[in-house]
Amino acid sequence: MKNKERRSRRFFTTVAIVVTLFHLIPFYILITTSLKANNDFSSKWALPSSVHFENFMKAWEQASLGNAFINTAIITAGAALLLIVFGSLAAYPLARMNTRLNKFVYFLFIAIMIIPPLTALVPLYKMVVDMGMMNTHEIAILNNMAAFLPLTIFLYAGFIRSTIPKELEEAAKIDGASTLRIFFKIVFPLLKPITATVLIISCVFIWNDYQFAIFFLQDESVQTLTVALAGFFGQNQSNLNLVASAAIMSMLPMTILFLFLQKYFVAGLSSGSVKG
Amino acid sequence: MSELVNKSQRAIAHKGVVKPRKVKKQKSLWWMYLPALIVVSVFIIYPFLNGIRVSFTDWNGFSQTKNWVGLEQYKRMFQDSNTWLVVKNTLLYGIGSTIFQNVIGLLYALLLNKSIRLKSLTRTIIYLPVIISPLVMGYIWYFFFAYQGGALNDVLMLFGLNKINALGNPDVNPWIIVFVNTYQFVGIAMIIYLAGLQSISKDFYEAADIDGASVFQKFKNITLPLLMPAITINVVLNIIGGLKLFDVILALTGGGPGNASQSMSTFMYSLYFSRQDAGYAATQGVLMAFITLVFSLLALAYFKRKEVDA
Repeated sequence: MKNKERRSRRFFTTVAIVVTLFHLIPFYILITTSLKANNDFSSKWALPSSVHFENFMKAWEQASLGNAFINTAIITAGAALLLIVFGSLAAYPLARMNTRLNKFVYFLFIAIMIIPPLTALVPLYKMVVDMGMMNTHEIAILNNMAAFLPLTIFLYAGFIRSTIPKELEEAAKIDGASTLRIFFKIVFPLLKPITATVLIISCVFIWNDYQFAIFFLQDESVQTLTVALAGFFGQNQSNLNLVASAAIMSMLPMTILFLFLQKYFVAGLSSGSVKG
Repeated sequence: MSELVNKSQRAIAHKGVVKPRKVKKQKSLWWMYLPALIVVSVFIIYPFLNGIRVSFTDWNGFSQTKNWVGLEQYKRMFQDSNTWLVVKNTLLYGIGSTIFQNVIGLLYALLLNKSIRLKSLTRTIIYLPVIISPLVMGYIWYFFFAYQGGALNDVLMLFGLNKINALGNPDVNPWIIVFVNTYQFVGIAMIIYLAGLQSISKDFYEAADIDGASVFQKFKNITLPLLMPAITINVVLNIIGGLKLFDVILALTGGGPGNASQSMSTFMYSLYFSRQDAGYAATQGVLMAFITLVFSLLALAYFKRKEVDA
């Protein structure tokens, strides 16, 4: 029996290693490509014959990544912050007060998740032009926030329903605290784990947004990383080393964030879905 | 009877164990969700409804004039051979990705639910692509599939085979898009299935072992039914995600050759921006919303019915 167990363990470990190696292929190609010389036409599988870190500097300047990083960071931080405030505030009554109106509004928020954002694009574009908000950080923040509010409310409401004891709020109410005070003093601090999840999920997806950015941020001064990369790729089809370097730099912040906060990311995704 | 209960409740309340229940009309506290509601109304609901209106006009997207043309755009849509091509692709991306992500995601979750070495490293690596922009993911796989100097062709040539132009072949490239989307997001399905597996009580399996159930019987009669909530959420998430695929298509094929790998999103994009055909783009948008709605509701209804109470 013991022997059989050990053999199955070894078998499944081997399978896991094969799967892992397969999933690493694109990363291997990306990293080796980024380090090769411009005139290195060796196979994508080959290691670079000499390492060219200067590709990163060149790509950074040529694709104006500095500017793009700042724009992306402003938009991501702004939208994530507003998502947390508006989202948690909205989720609280929707999770707690079971009135007919609230049930309808909750359903509405969930139903919006099904609407493909691009379906609203044509009139939205016109509206943004008319409001004079084209090529502003504000419009990118608002669009991204609107797109992620339903998911945020869904996650917060599920968390409040399943983990926050009502008694705490009732006790505070008896002490005469106002609803807003109860929310910010008692409920919101207890939401920390799910706030971390919302923060990570929304940051990752807003950082990577291309759909909204390409429509509403065409001006070079406000362009985000994805738009800068797309432009850079278009001009450098023959110089993929630089494209690879730029791509690595653009994904570094979220990769680091993910590796540190993995725990929350995974916990939030799974708890929200399986319990909800 | 109820009086008795009330009495005992009051008695307990008196001792300070349970507070008496106040029968009060519940407040909606609607002002707390008002800001969120305004944001989604202005940036999603209103433009969406307005899009339906625009789909009945010949608007070019920029001028102030637009003419009401009734069902003209809808007629045009149903006669346009591109519509069918694009709908077919969109369904392939939506349904194909959903099937692959769920089957492979479940297999990965079953693997990682076993006691193996390097478990968390494997999980992290499978999950890592989720956080990378689909656009960048498209470029990375472009390096792999490209005709000139692509990694795939190097392997083919190593075996003495001919190079293939996978991205330029309209029969193949929609499948490559499905593959890349699956590679990128299979991690989400895996994580959700893993959480589902870990919430299944060991008692069920022990009882089945006593009855002498086979591995397959245990999977079919215990694991699968108890995973139904996870399957529901995964299928619905993947269908919605797959049907609105956009960035990765632009990065890999640009929708081409011709319209061969175009999805409804990329098709709408080109109608609006390259061809100034906003009315028609809106009509395609209405069709897209309709298809997404139908498929997500069908999936939801089908899998919800199969859920059991554990």
